[in-house]
Amino acid sequence: MDILNPFECSEEKAWCPGCGNHALLEGIKRALFELEKEPHEVLIASGIGQAAKLPHYINTNGFNGLHGRAVPPAAGAKIANSDLTVIIHTGDGDSYGEGGNHLIHNIRRNLDLTHFVHDNQIYGLTKGQASPTTGKGHITGIQTEGVQLEPFNPIALGISLDCSFVARTFVGDQEHMVETMKSAIRHSGYALVDILQPCVVFNKVNTFKWYKDRVYHLERDHDVSDKVEAFRRAQEFGERIPIGIFYVNEKPTYMESVEYISEREPLVRKKLDPKSAVPLMDEFY
Amino acid sequence: MDYNLLIGGSAGQGIETLGFLLEKSLQRNNYYLFSNKDYMSRIRGGHNFTKIRFGTKEIYSHKDALDFIVAFDETTVKEHRFRLKENGLIFLDESLRENTPDVSANMVFLPMKESASNLGNARVLNTLFFGSLAKAFDLDLGIAKELLTEVFKKDILELNQRALEAGFKLEVPAVPVEKPRDIGKRILINSNQGIALGALAAGLTFYSAYPMTPSTSIMNFLAENQKRAGILVEQAEDEIAAINMALGASFAGVRAMTGTSGGGFSLMTESLGLAGMTETPLVVVNVQRPGPATGFPTRTEQSDLSFILTASHGEIPRMVTVIRNAEEAFYKTARAFNLAEKYQMLVILLNDQYLADANQTIEPYDFGKVSIDRYIESGLDADVYNRYELSGGHISPRILPGFIPGKTVLADSDEHNEHGNITESAEIRVSMMDKRMGKLRMLESELEEPECLGDESPEILLLGWGSTFGTLKEAVEILKREDLSIGALSFGDLWPLPIKKLEQMAEGAKQIINVEQNYTGQLAKLIRQETGIKCTNSILKYDGRQISLEEIVSGVKEVL
Ligand SMILES: Cc1ncc(C[n+]2csc(CCOP(=O)(O)OP(=O)(O)O)c2C)c(N)n1
Ligand code: SF4
Repeated sequence: MDILNPFECSEEKAWCPGCGNHALLEGIKRALFELEKEPHEVLIASGIGQAAKLPHYINTNGFNGLHGRAVPPAAGAKIANSDLTVIIHTGDGDSYGEGGNHLIHNIRRNLDLTHFVHDNQIYGLTKGQASPTTGKGHITGIQTEGVQLEPFNPIALGISLDCSFVARTFVGDQEHMVETMKSAIRHSGYALVDILQPCVVFNKVNTFKWYKDRVYHLERDHDVSDKVEAFRRAQEFGERIPIGIFYVNEKPTYMESVEYISEREPLVRKKLDPKSAVPLMDEFY
Repeated sequence: MDYNLLIGGSAGQGIETLGFLLEKSLQRNNYYLFSNKDYMSRIRGGHNFTKIRFGTKEIYSHKDALDFIVAFDETTVKEHRFRLKENGLIFLDESLRENTPDVSANMVFLPMKESASNLGNARVLNTLFFGSLAKAFDLDLGIAKELLTEVFKKDILELNQRALEAGFKLEVPAVPVEKPRDIGKRILINSNQGIALGALAAGLTFYSAYPMTPSTSIMNFLAENQKRAGILVEQAEDEIAAINMALGASFAGVRAMTGTSGGGFSLMTESLGLAGMTETPLVVVNVQRPGPATGFPTRTEQSDLSFILTASHGEIPRMVTVIRNAEEAFYKTARAFNLAEKYQMLVILLNDQYLADANQTIEPYDFGKVSIDRYIESGLDADVYNRYELSGGHISPRILPGFIPGKTVLADSDEHNEHGNITESAEIRVSMMDKRMGKLRMLESELEEPECLGDESPEILLLGWGSTFGTLKEAVEILKREDLSIGALSFGDLWPLPIKKLEQMAEGAKQIINVEQNYTGQLAKLIRQETGIKCTNSILKYDGRQISLEEIVSGVKEVL
C-alpha cells in the first residue's frame, strides 16, 4: 500500500536507527493516506528538534520554522487559508518548554489545527538534557542531581484549558497511533495529541520496553465528554499509562466564530482592490 | 499666519475630546493644522497636553511659542505660561483664579464649573470650553453642532448640545485670527492611521500584533474596520507569536503585517531572520519610543535605527524605510507590501511616537496611485516544485501551498537546498547566501533618494530622517531668510542607504550637521559607515520630547 502513498518521500532521514520518530513518520503518512488527503492540501508546520525534522521526510507542504515557534505560523497559515489541513509536529521541549505560551493560547484560540507532540521525555537534538516531561530524579548531563522539577502533564493541561480534543498514543502501537491521528485530524478544533516516542540514544529510562510494559488502552466506554473523569485519568502516569482519547469538547472553531469571515471563502482567495478601502477614509474628513 | 494653541490638564479631564472637537472644527473651517500630543503613561491624573498649530498656510510641524493656552488645571498654567507670547491668551475656569499666582490681564476666566453644574453634569466642561472657544475664534456653530453628533452617543448628545450653546453664550473676547479661505477637502489624520489605511489599500488581509504604545493605534484602526474590510486582526499572545503568525499567513498567501514598538521588536528579532531565511515576504512596523528596556513609554525618540539595521543573528537582506509624515505613511506602506512580495523579503517600516500621534491636514489619499503587485505563479511545468530554485537568479518563482494539485511548498529555517530540504553542503550554503543577499543589489534601483530641503548646494548641510522632516523643512526656510547658505536632506529610505544626493551635496558643504532624536547619532554613524562622509557637528535630543522648530534654528546658530 505504501508504494502508492503520495506522501512518500525519498529524502534521507537524519534520525538514529531505532528512533521512535521513524514509526511516527510512517504513522502520519498512513493516516493522511487513509484520510484520502492530497499532498498539496496539507501543511505541516514544525519547530526545531529531531521531531521537527519531519516535514522534510514527507511529501507535502511544510514550514519548518524556529524552536518553540511551530504553532503561531501554523495558526497564521490556517487563518489565511482555512482549506489547508494544518498539522503541527514538535518535540516535547519544543512545545512544552520553549513554546509553552503558544501552546496555551492556541488551545484557547481553538483554530482547527492538529498538534502532534513527539514526546520522548528528553531533548534529543541537543543531546539529552531534561525536557519538561522528563521524570523526577532522572539524571542527565545537566540535571546532575536528577531532575527536581515537577513533570509537565500535557494531557491534564489540555483538559484544564478545555482543549477541544486531547489524546495520547504510543509509536509502539501503530494501529492505535494511526487511528488516533486520524481522529485528531478529522476533529474540528484544536487537537492535542501527545505521542510517546522513545529516544533510543539519550533516554535510557523511558525505553520502548518501559512504555510497552505500562501502556494500556482507555476503556471503550470511557466517556470523552466527562471533563472531571478525563482529568482524573490524566493523573495516571507511572506504573500504568493510559493511551487513547481522553477528552473531546465540541465547540465552534475560531474561524467559525468570526462570523463575517466564516461565511466566506478562505481569506487567501479574497479579491484585492485598493479602491475597496476608499470608504474607510471617510472618518478623516 | 499660524497660531499655536495648547490644551492642558490631567488625564481623564476630557482634554482629549476637546482637542479632537477643536481640531475637527478648525479643519472643517478650512484651516491647515498640525497637532501633537504629550501624555504620561497613566490613565488618570498627571499632566497631559495637546498642541494644535493652525493657520492659513501649510503647516508641517509643531512649535514651542504659544499664542493660546486652554488650562483645565493650575499645573497647565504653571508649566506653560512662560512660553506664551506677549499678547497671548490663557483661557481657564473661574474656580482656578484663587490658586493661580500672578493673575494677569491676559487670562480669560470663564465660569465653566458653574455653567456645568447649572447643566447638571460636571463632565460637560470640555464641551462648554468648546462652545466658548468656537465663539472666540469665530468658528462656524453649525459645524460645531454637527461634530457633536459624530462624537457623542445618543444618551449624552442632547446634554452636550446644551453645553455647546451655553459655552457659546458666555462672554469671551473675540480673538483676532486670520480668516482662512477655501482650501478644498482635506483629511485630518496621523501617520499610524495612514499606515493602516495604506496597508488596507495594499490588500492587507491579516494583522497580528500584541499591544504596545505607540504602535497600538495601528491595530485599533484596523480592528475597528476589520469587518467592513473583510480582514482579520488578531491580538497574539506575545510579539513572538505576532510575527510568526504573520509569517505563516504570508507563507500561505495573504498580505500580512505585524506592528510593535521597541521592546516588542526586540522579541521579534529571531523571526526577522526566519523571514530572511525562508524568503517569506513580510512587512513589520516599528513605531519607536525611547528605550532601553521599557524606557519612556509614551514619549518619542529615534533610537532604534542602529539596532534595526542588523537585528537578527546572521545576515539577511532587508529593507528599512522611515515615515516622514502622515501623507507619506499611506503610500510608503503600500509600496512596502509590493517590494516585500517582489523580493520575497522583509521590509521594516519605521515610525515614531511623535508622528504616530501627530494629526495633520493633508490632501486625501489617492487610492488610484496604489497598485497591488503579487508576483505569485499560478502554474509551473516542472514535476517537482522547488521553493528555492537557483536558476531564476535572486528570486525564485513563488507558488502558494494548496493552489496547484501535485505541487507542494517546503520552507525551512535551516540552510536548505533548492527544494527546501536541510543541507550541510558548503557549496549550497554559498549559493543560497549569494541568492538572498544579492536581493539588496537589485533593490538599489528602487530606492528613493532623501528629500532635499532648501539649497541644493549649500554650505551648511543638515541631515535628518523620519519625523524631523517637517521641522527641518520649516527651520531651513527660516534660516534661509537670514541669508545662510543652508539645505537639508531628510532620509526616508535608510537601508540600503541611497547615497547619490548625499555624496553630491556633501562635497560642497563646509559643515554637515546631523539632527537626530537619539544620543549616539545613529544616522551619522550609518552615513560614515556607508560613505566615509563625516558629520562635522550634531544636534541631538533625547529627552523624550520632539525637537521643535525653534530648537533646530537655535541649534544651528549655536554650531555656526
Ligand atoms: C532559540 C533556540 N534555543 C535553543 C535551540 C537549540 N535546540 C534545538 S532542538 C532543542 C531541543 C529539542 O528537544 P525536543 O523539542 O524535545 O525535540 P527532540 O529533539 O527531542 O525531538 C534545542 C534546545 C534552538 N535551536 N533555538
Ligand atoms: S537522538 Fe533520540 S530522538 Fe534523536 S534521532 Fe536519535 S533516537 Fe531519535
